[in-house]
Amino acid sequence: MISKYLEAGSTYAGDIDSLILLILAVVGFWGLLAEVVFFGLIFKFAEKEGVKALYVTGEDPKEKRWVSIPHYLTLIFDVMIIIGALRVWAEVKLDMPQADETVRVTAQQWAWTFTHPGPDGKLDTEDDIRTVDELHVEVGKTYHFELASRDVLHSFSVPIFRLKQDIVPGRIIKGWFKPVITGTYDIQCTEICGIGHGLMPAKIVISEAGKHQAWVKANAGVAAVAAPVSGSTGGMP
Amino acid sequence: MIRPIATTREATGIPTGRLAVWWVIASEIVIFGGLLGSYLMHRLGHPEWAYQSVHTNTAAGAFNTFVLLTSSLFAVLAHDAAEHKDGKKAAKYLMITCLGGLTFLCVKGAEWTHEIREGFTLTSNTFWSFYYTAAGLHGIHVIAGMIIMLFVAADAAKGKELQRVENIGIYWHFVDLVWIFLFPLLYIAK
Amino acid sequence: MSSNSESLGHLPIDAMSTAAGEATKTDTHGHSHDAHGGHGEHHEEQNFFLKYFWSTDHKIIGMQYLFTGMLMALVGGFTVYVFRMQIAFPGISVPGWGRVTPANYDGLITTHGSVMIFWVAMPVLIAALGNYLIPLMIGCDDMVFPRLNRLSYQIFAISILVLGASFLVKGGAFGGAWTSYPPLSAKAEYNLTPQGAPLWLLAVALEFVAFLLGGINFVTTVMNSRAPGMKMFDVPMVVWMIVIASILFMASVGPLVAGAVMLLFDQTVGTHFFDPNKGGDPILWQHLFWFFGHPEVYVVLLPATGIVAEIITVFSRKKLFAYKTVLYTAVGTGVLSFFVWAHHQFIAGIDPRMANIFSLTTLLISIPVAEMMFVFIATLYGGSIRLTVPMLWALAFIGEFLIGGVTGIFLGASGADIYFHDTYFVIAHFHYTFFPIAFISVFAAVTYWFPKMFGKMMNETFGKLHFWGTIIPFNFIFIPLFLLGVRGDHRRIFDYSRFPDLMKPGMPELRVLATLSLVTLLAFQAIFLLNFFYSLFKGKKADRNPWLANTLEWQTPSPPPHGNFPEGLPTVYRGPYEYSHPDRAQDYWPQNEKAAS
Repeated sequence: MISKYLEAGSTYAGDIDSLILLILAVVGFWGLLAEVVFFGLIFKFAEKEGVKALYVTGEDPKEKRWVSIPHYLTLIFDVMIIIGALRVWAEVKLDMPQADETVRVTAQQWAWTFTHPGPDGKLDTEDDIRTVDELHVEVGKTYHFELASRDVLHSFSVPIFRLKQDIVPGRIIKGWFKPVITGTYDIQCTEICGIGHGLMPAKIVISEAGKHQAWVKANAGVAAVAAPVSGSTGGMP
Repeated sequence: MIRPIATTREATGIPTGRLAVWWVIASEIVIFGGLLGSYLMHRLGHPEWAYQSVHTNTAAGAFNTFVLLTSSLFAVLAHDAAEHKDGKKAAKYLMITCLGGLTFLCVKGAEWTHEIREGFTLTSNTFWSFYYTAAGLHGIHVIAGMIIMLFVAADAAKGKELQRVENIGIYWHFVDLVWIFLFPLLYIAK
Repeated sequence: MSSNSESLGHLPIDAMSTAAGEATKTDTHGHSHDAHGGHGEHHEEQNFFLKYFWSTDHKIIGMQYLFTGMLMALVGGFTVYVFRMQIAFPGISVPGWGRVTPANYDGLITTHGSVMIFWVAMPVLIAALGNYLIPLMIGCDDMVFPRLNRLSYQIFAISILVLGASFLVKGGAFGGAWTSYPPLSAKAEYNLTPQGAPLWLLAVALEFVAFLLGGINFVTTVMNSRAPGMKMFDVPMVVWMIVIASILFMASVGPLVAGAVMLLFDQTVGTHFFDPNKGGDPILWQHLFWFFGHPEVYVVLLPATGIVAEIITVFSRKKLFAYKTVLYTAVGTGVLSFFVWAHHQFIAGIDPRMANIFSLTTLLISIPVAEMMFVFIATLYGGSIRLTVPMLWALAFIGEFLIGGVTGIFLGASGADIYFHDTYFVIAHFHYTFFPIAFISVFAAVTYWFPKMFGKMMNETFGKLHFWGTIIPFNFIFIPLFLLGVRGDHRRIFDYSRFPDLMKPGMPELRVLATLSLVTLLAFQAIFLLNFFYSLFKGKKADRNPWLANTLEWQTPSPPPHGNFPEGLPTVYRGPYEYSHPDRAQDYWPQNEKAAS
């Protein structure tokens, strides 16, 4: 459903979409049914001359069926949804498949710094590539990311991956993704981080292996200073 | 002051004033609960805070515990006197309870003066922030209790509103109880 | 149509002993019942100030809260108008405001959120209706602590002044969202509102104190001061709901009060409770906030469902289906609501395994809430439904809240929340719950109890026009927002043009549609205000029981005088929902009417 509007760009994006579709089917059906019954009753039992309303206490088990059966149905479908939800959650947030490469994401008011390993494939070496507001990855590779913040809370959101993770200052939060499509897409900050919150767009550039390697070679050792976009108030270095 | 009829009803069998005090205490428990819960979470995550808490004065804290417990005893005696309709005696015991509160605050003041002189202030680190915030919040409750108690005692001495002696007593026991939690958490745990 | 004249002969004991009726007939105020002794002994006309601003009468205090809440709703409505205009037409000079800067935008969204929840939903649903209705519906003359009640309103009024002051100080109003997450909210160098942030927090804290005092009063009053004969299950549902909500509030707000003190210290004296670089923990605030914040949803939801229960029974002439079940689901919801808070924090950096537990509890809470809706729908079965204005609102509550409820499942399911968290899907979801709560149910309540409050009937035609003019645009605001959320629009962004993926064809148009619908909705509120004030002064005079209802407030003159029941405080003989009883010719049976035999 969502991929109609926004490409499913990671291995787990499709699973999240299917989960959403499952929930939509379940709550859509039952929600619609409830609304139909509700409107039906309003029309059916509109005031009529000389017809007195029924006197129903609803305490008798036979009458109570009308709410207790839906009650148990809710429970059953809740269980169904929860199983789906927890499976997807485990896939995205609990599992950590072996990484091919690791990137470091540093957020600050109001810019992103992305640290890519250089040609040697390792972080914290001389050939690391640091970019501002642009993350370069290779399609089909499994990436780990390490999120850090220089000041306040931010949130690293890549809508095409269906990925979102808050960034907490003072901590390194890890996660993973594996892109399956190529192209250039939005990265958002989805936690309010001050007046420049809306001025924190970044891009993710997903390329074929050859193109990506060429980019890595051409930029090896580039250390773009983590310059703030506009008038950052700084914070902890 | 003539009360609304509502105030004089007792559908639960508990007088309205006492019932309200219990609800006040219930809402206070969660306030202190939130603060102490936050402190405990931090404390467990920061074993190094033990090096800070050694600077608290356990003897003074213990003395204050004793003072508060004694004052609570006098609150009970005041309640007992009020039950026997002896307003004057109840007022006298309440004044002694107040004196206990005052002693507590004086000791606290001396402690804090000493600690601040040694350089342990509200902003020194998070242990001291909790120390001053929790004890300060408790101290405010002691002061508020004493002020209310003076009013209740003044009324009681004239034989009026004797049921309030019990109500303020319940509140005072609560203030006492909070200290019983604060003392080990802030002083003894080292 | 006068109510039960035959019941008037049964004066309860306590009413006779104190001659409450006599006292209250002489004037509306200032008799011995008024706790404010200094003015209480005079019999001359009270001046305007004393009557309307210094009263201890629960009805006056209820109206103070109601009018204050309505005024604040205008503030909340104006702020949303300004920032929605900015979203739909970025960079436009908004009529009545001017150009919206990013700092303006953050201040506006923060004000909209906090005002609508803390200064509209809470005062109107809990304080206004609780104050006005509780003593009348349980059959006593006032709250048990009238002066405490007045103090509660005064503290509330001060909280508004403090909030207002935060707009005037250097740096302007706080813009860190109504959730006020540190470190952004804790340090001026991050939020750039050195005075606005602490003032905002102080205002919220004062508001909490006001409602704690009010809540203690409500709970004690209902526990102790019910009319003779009124047993636990004879209490009208709305009273039960306000009491449960007050207890929920009391039990959940404490940690946040402590948290507010800590955050205020972080802001003003330089402590580091929430500063990760100095041994603090910013996530702690989120726990304290949502431990309150989620029960708070039910604090406002429950009174709203109570209102709906009162109204649908009266206008379908039906007994409430399974009274006890409603009560148990309310209690169950309340208890469960303490175990779901972290579903707001699935991706906040908490241990991801915790999300499993909270996802489970969150889906579980859908069961009692859904059951409550089933009960309301079942109540309609076999009824004799009259679509009066209050009934339309009450039914709309059920229809719209259902949508809010089922969309919550998407967010409670942790796996799906990864995508939906902090998108417009969330906004649309909670407005489908909060708008029915804070506005639809309140319009139901105001149109239903207006004859009692002011002794005048409201105009039905204008009422229906206002109803459709609100409900239709409401759906046209939030259905587009659902779609935008699905397509990835994230929250609290003042201009989407920097995000190419969010500027695809159709998306700007949806934003414009939502904004235009909002403007339409706001414009229709003028009809409500017109109707309200026109009816107040020029409306048709109302009988004491125009809707032929059972509950006690309808068995006394409209509006009730000071002391509430001039014929003597009532005694209760039956439950509140004995409509269309088979043994009776009339289709209603007032609670205080003695059985014929």
